Amino acid sequence: MSFNIVVLAKQVPDTRNVGKDAMKADGTVNRAALPAIYNPEDLNALEQALRLKSQIEGATVHVLTMGPARAAEIIRESMYRGADGGYLLSGREFAGSDTLATSYALACAIRKIEKVDIILCGRQAIDGDTAQVGPQVAEKLGLPQITYAEEIIDLKNNVITVKRRLERGVEVVKGALPMVVTVNGSAAPCRPRHAKLTMKYKHAATPTEKQESGSDYTDLYDTHPYLNIDEWGVNDIEHDIQWLGLSGSPTKVKQIESVVFTAKESKRLTPANNEIEDLMKELIANHTIG
Amino acid sequence: MNYYSNNPALKFQLSHPLMQKIVALKEQNFADKDKYDYAARDFEDAIDNYEKVLEIIGEICGDIIAPNAEDVDHEGPRVENNRVIYARGTQENHEALAQAGLYGMSLPRQYGGLNFPMIPYVMSGELVSRADAGFANIWGLQDCAETIAEFADEDVKEEFLPRVCDGQTCSMDLTEPDAGSDLQAVQLKATYNEADKTWYLNGVKRFITNGDAQIKLVLARSEEGTSDGRGLSYFVADNKHDNTVKVRRIENKLGIKGSPTCELVFTNTPAKLVGVRRMGLIKYVMSLMNGARLGVGAQSVGVSQSAYDEAVAYARERQQFGKPIIEFPAVSEMISLMKAKLDASRTLLYETTRFVDVYKAYEAIDATRKLTPEEKADYKEFQKLADAFTPQLKMFASEFANQNAYDAIQVHGGSGFMKDYACERIYRDARILTIYEGTSQLQTVAAIRHVMTGTYLKQIKHYETLPINPEFDSIRKRLVTMTNLLEHSVERVAEAKSQEYIDFHARRLVEMAGHIIMSYLLIIDASRDTEDLFRKSAFIYSKYAEVEVRKHATFIKTFDAENVDIYKVK
Repeated sequence: MSFNIVVLAKQVPDTRNVGKDAMKADGTVNRAALPAIYNPEDLNALEQALRLKSQIEGATVHVLTMGPARAAEIIRESMYRGADGGYLLSGREFAGSDTLATSYALACAIRKIEKVDIILCGRQAIDGDTAQVGPQVAEKLGLPQITYAEEIIDLKNNVITVKRRLERGVEVVKGALPMVVTVNGSAAPCRPRHAKLTMKYKHAATPTEKQESGSDYTDLYDTHPYLNIDEWGVNDIEHDIQWLGLSGSPTKVKQIESVVFTAKESKRLTPANNEIEDLMKELIANHTIG
Repeated sequence: MNYYSNNPALKFQLSHPLMQKIVALKEQNFADKDKYDYAARDFEDAIDNYEKVLEIIGEICGDIIAPNAEDVDHEGPRVENNRVIYARGTQENHEALAQAGLYGMSLPRQYGGLNFPMIPYVMSGELVSRADAGFANIWGLQDCAETIAEFADEDVKEEFLPRVCDGQTCSMDLTEPDAGSDLQAVQLKATYNEADKTWYLNGVKRFITNGDAQIKLVLARSEEGTSDGRGLSYFVADNKHDNTVKVRRIENKLGIKGSPTCELVFTNTPAKLVGVRRMGLIKYVMSLMNGARLGVGAQSVGVSQSAYDEAVAYARERQQFGKPIIEFPAVSEMISLMKAKLDASRTLLYETTRFVDVYKAYEAIDATRKLTPEEKADYKEFQKLADAFTPQLKMFASEFANQNAYDAIQVHGGSGFMKDYACERIYRDARILTIYEGTSQLQTVAAIRHVMTGTYLKQIKHYETLPINPEFDSIRKRLVTMTNLLEHSVERVAEAKSQEYIDFHARRLVEMAGHIIMSYLLIIDASRDTEDLFRKSAFIYSKYAEVEVRKHATFIKTFDAENVDIYKVK
């Protein structure tokens, strides 16, 4: 029996260690000045996916990412850690998408994938911190969702048991597959890249990348089909153009403000271990530390 | 932080011209590429593989091992029910490296290894040691698998090597209470049982690093009635943790506290012979020790780097008299010299490793087909260079690591004496480096014959002919003068026609050769490098070397051979 896991992942500018040129004069993120990284909570989601894969015979993990050609790096990074492959959704029609248009495009792409049993994604991306895309994808696909997942405890007879990390504690819930699960940063960190998988998959490329690189290894892609990363443009998915890209994005930036804290934020804790632990979790989750 | 990507000196060493030869020997026309999906397809692909894997290691070092180092130092391992329990961080470090499929880097692919040359493997040792010198021992003990791969029978290889690649750890069980530097005195007994065709080990081992490992290489007396090295054989034991190997205690050490140093009791431990009987000490341990010395060289360079990192960071941050202390000449000179010693020991490390790589690759080929006469000559040449350079490296890199650790504390001032900064741990960790796997004094014994027979001199003359940038001409001129001083000193010592007199001056002569070699390597590196990584160190080190060489030359020149007795203590 096949069991298909899809992980939604995003390539983001590394906003955790920002220098003084991290923002442009107009208040938007200066993507050129920041290194592009795998969105941290998407890595937590990938780890949960890889754990499921190791428990379920015949399970596969594929990563879906939307972004420019270089976002294929996210798919390779996933393969280095154990994913079977992935799909890059790319094209200028998708440019300027807000969360609504992004989730629409992702939902269209997921419909193209045969029999998806579970969709995992990070709670939110560090460049926008909206936490909207995962839930919106679930809504658009008509699937149930479990958010803030910290650990998938069990999966039996198509019923999943998940521990959720909430503001004031944890909650264990069950739900029937297929569904969308968004994973919290407090979940287990992702395993490191594997040496042999890295060497095996490092030549994996999308058609665009193959064209641009003028690689010496052209025959490699015929003899090693797993090195071909699927790349989908707007014409590869069933869609309504008005819901894509800028035209599908109702979000308008009204004003951007550079906020300088004048007073130090303070929080009163009681001298209890769990309060300290919650604070640590919170600081790690919002990337203040760690 | 990625410890590989943030150190361009390593990438530079991967681009050395000799890498072409090393990769060609190691990959044999890239014959593995159709058999293993991760095998390199050509030279560039191979170098890229090394880099990609070193990036994984560098990331684990920066993100996991280094942050764990302080806790591991405080917590340390403990013994429970005759078993070693690692510190929490040690366990986490090991699991991360194992999970990333990194163990068995240098083993052939048929056993699950990555088939990497020594160069990237030694780099991994440097990286891990920079993150935590104590943990570098547990990582570095995969050297044991190298010995199995080289000398054991096929069934032993098939039994043990894949397990090393899966992350089972190794130990090298040589030392006993009465057999330290003098391993000929080993007493642990190996008895062959005809009935089940198995060897059984009985006795005690002491100071065994990671002694509770699953895979143990044990030196034991297999020949009853013998008392010297020729009665010793080499065994591999599968430690099933069934109390046939008990950990009696672990040592409480000055440094490298995360690395458990065990006293072991063997009671009828089943074992398999590695290679041929009676060759244990004479051949296999000697080979293992050379590998281990290279490992300590890498570990020392890692420690030098971390000492330098701590010193320079503190000196930039610490303000006194209204400015960062790094701006004071007394501090910046100290830091520049630390960097020069670091760069000098690193270039010696990778030069030595390349020699080892070439001869080991020939050795591996020799096992599958007869070498041509040209290949055989080349093999012998590189083996000789490796033999000559390994003790130089072990001695200098470990001594410099200690000097740098000492200076790192000095840069920190009073704060460095407190337990609050990493430099105090680095200082304690460094101290073992000049001692284990052969003290500096024993390295001198191994190196002095290469001074007297001219191995170093020949190589120095070769370096003299290599192309360099004109800006280093004046350094080379001074190095030629220093080489003359070395030659005169050797002649003068040889004139006495006394082994005792040679032994007396051995350290001085070995050091003179080493300083000249490292100075040459730095100007050669600085000439090949386009990023200005080594120019400063080339100037600073050769200046330092010149004074050291002249100091020793003066000592030897003005010394009256009859005065040796003054130094004798009864």
